[in-house]
Amino acid sequence: MSCRDCGLCIGRGKKCPSLPQGSRRVLLMGNPNVGKSVFFSRLTGTHALSSNYPGTTVGFTEGTMKYGGKIARLTDVPGAYTLDPTNEAEVIARRILNEGADIVILVIDATALERNLVMAMQVLEHDIPVVIALNMVDEARHRGIIIDVQKLEEELGVPVVPTVAVTGQGISELISKMDEARVSPIQPMSKEARWNAIGEIISKVQTVTHRHHTTMDRIEDVSAHPVLGGIVGFLVLILGFMVIRFVGEGIITHITDPIFENFWILALEKLSGILGEGPLRNILIGTLIDGEIDLEQSLGVLSTGLYVEFGMVLPYIIAFYSGLSFLEDFGYLPRLAVVFDALLHRFGIHGYAIIPTLLGFGCNVPGILGTRVLESERERFIAATLISVGIPCVSIQAMLSATLGEFGMGYVAAVYVILFCVWLILGRIMHLTLKGYSPELIVEIPPYRIPSLKAWSNKLWFRIKDFLYEATPLVLLGIFLVNILDTLGVMDKLAVALSPIFQGFLGLPPETAVPIVMGLFRKDIAMGLLIPIGLSAQQMLVAVVVLAMTFPCIATFIILWKELGSKRMLMSSGIMISAALVTGGLLNLFFKVIL
Amino acid sequence: MNLLQLRDEESAVIKSIPAGEAGERLEALGLRVGKRIQKVSGMPFGGPITLLLDGRHFAVAHAIAGKIEVECVDHTEHTERPTVEKSRLWPKFI
Repeated sequence: MSCRDCGLCIGRGKKCPSLPQGSRRVLLMGNPNVGKSVFFSRLTGTHALSSNYPGTTVGFTEGTMKYGGKIARLTDVPGAYTLDPTNEAEVIARRILNEGADIVILVIDATALERNLVMAMQVLEHDIPVVIALNMVDEARHRGIIIDVQKLEEELGVPVVPTVAVTGQGISELISKMDEARVSPIQPMSKEARWNAIGEIISKVQTVTHRHHTTMDRIEDVSAHPVLGGIVGFLVLILGFMVIRFVGEGIITHITDPIFENFWILALEKLSGILGEGPLRNILIGTLIDGEIDLEQSLGVLSTGLYVEFGMVLPYIIAFYSGLSFLEDFGYLPRLAVVFDALLHRFGIHGYAIIPTLLGFGCNVPGILGTRVLESERERFIAATLISVGIPCVSIQAMLSATLGEFGMGYVAAVYVILFCVWLILGRIMHLTLKGYSPELIVEIPPYRIPSLKAWSNKLWFRIKDFLYEATPLVLLGIFLVNILDTLGVMDKLAVALSPIFQGFLGLPPETAVPIVMGLFRKDIAMGLLIPIGLSAQQMLVAVVVLAMTFPCIATFIILWKELGSKRMLMSSGIMISAALVTGGLLNLFFKVIL
Repeated sequence: MNLLQLRDEESAVIKSIPAGEAGERLEALGLRVGKRIQKVSGMPFGGPITLLLDGRHFAVAHAIAGKIEVECVDHTEHTERPTVEKSRLWPKFI
């Protein structure tokens, strides 16, 4: 397996989890959104991201599990509806299966048996022992669907275990049945014959009784309503951002700021006294502003570095992922895809692209990885470029208050409005100029589910941990580098070199070049570096917009390279730089002419 | 008639689906000839059609929906529907 396929190790500072050759290989397969990742977490004890929408696992995740006293390598294969691939995930699924395995654990959604049996039959036609987990039997019962497990076992010729993965029901039985996994007697057949066989199996094993319209069904109807659905969609997004700001700022004001101001500053002052004047103090604590340490402006590794990451960005990470994880597990995101399809269609991407776009508001890395749910290369290019240009990640959003907040909330809102317009215009331009073909939206919309508090908090913790592991070294290293380069005088030379663009075209003082170039490292430090320059409100707005649109941070850069290839990555970067300069220039012009 | 022409909440049987990649994707999801579906709604401005198949919701792009031929079977089951109708009355008026 080439490393191109997985991508989960990239940008996360993690090593590849693959094990030495010779261990047993177990595959976890099934349709999208049947709970494979929940099984993976249960079976291996490690966490795999799971959500209530098809396509959460776009690469594959591997871990180790134990059964019957043996150690095995378990692969969480991306969800596929069929092994005659219709998208990237299905291509990967087929390739992994064709490489062979000792056992396949096939997860089947009991609430949609007929559709799930298509891929199940295709897997059973292979010469590999299979054990089936009939998942979500509780939800099926609520829906009035009753499945005769014994008969299904007879029909398919392999063990079938009813499970409810989210609660853990049936998991231990599944593990004990793994030794009984068998090769099914089902032989390869044509598509027609397979549908007929499935029809016959369904008529033998499944009975569906009537059920009443539930409250959840009614909420589902509202979100699919032509007018209400759109209103609900925009309300959810706007409310979402307001709640994130409210919670993020709340944590900053009431928790992190008091901690930093009452305790950390005192410790730093002591340290500053011990260190005395010198380069070490400059790097660790930074320059003193009016004889005191200023957490936002001193620019030391231990002062501004730690404050930016833990004091300002972390609260927003918590706020953002609390909201997003809830919407994911509830199952709202695919409905947003339906609401946005008509708009996104005009950009040459279909509505499902809204899901990676939303992920991009947290961090562009998972956002761009998430574009794998889109089928064509053209769509992935458009979506990935739009995310890196027009979607401000949480690091940028968290620093908006520090940079623009003092000039009024209007300026903070202006950043969103400008970026949204850029996103619209750039999307339209790319659609009209890029060659290639974009497929249409055809997607299953999962039922709403009340998220379990445990799954939600696990996921939140997983994402926070990920941020800390990934961001901490880069933030600290970035601040360290700025200080070194500043001492060496490199920063001044850079500012002079870029000053025609900055001073003439963007109307910014030359030293603004430094933070914008530093944006390559992390956007949050770059935003922090803008503060001590003393820009006017309009200059700050131009600088923030240019910073948000131009080169992505290093992690996003690597992922773009991996996902798009070097040629398309360069093209995407070109679009980013031109779009940033044009927007910044126009804004500057606007301020000069109008005001 | 095609899926676009079908009115909201009407049931129909799928008569034909487009060939090619879109057709394969529809089939993989279980939307194939002979299946009975119910149209839930169509989003404005050329947005997707939401439909119900075996108790599951699916969304199909406007352009694809126009290529899915269906035969309305609704007249046969009008008698069972009032309860559902009532619960959906209020969104209809907005």
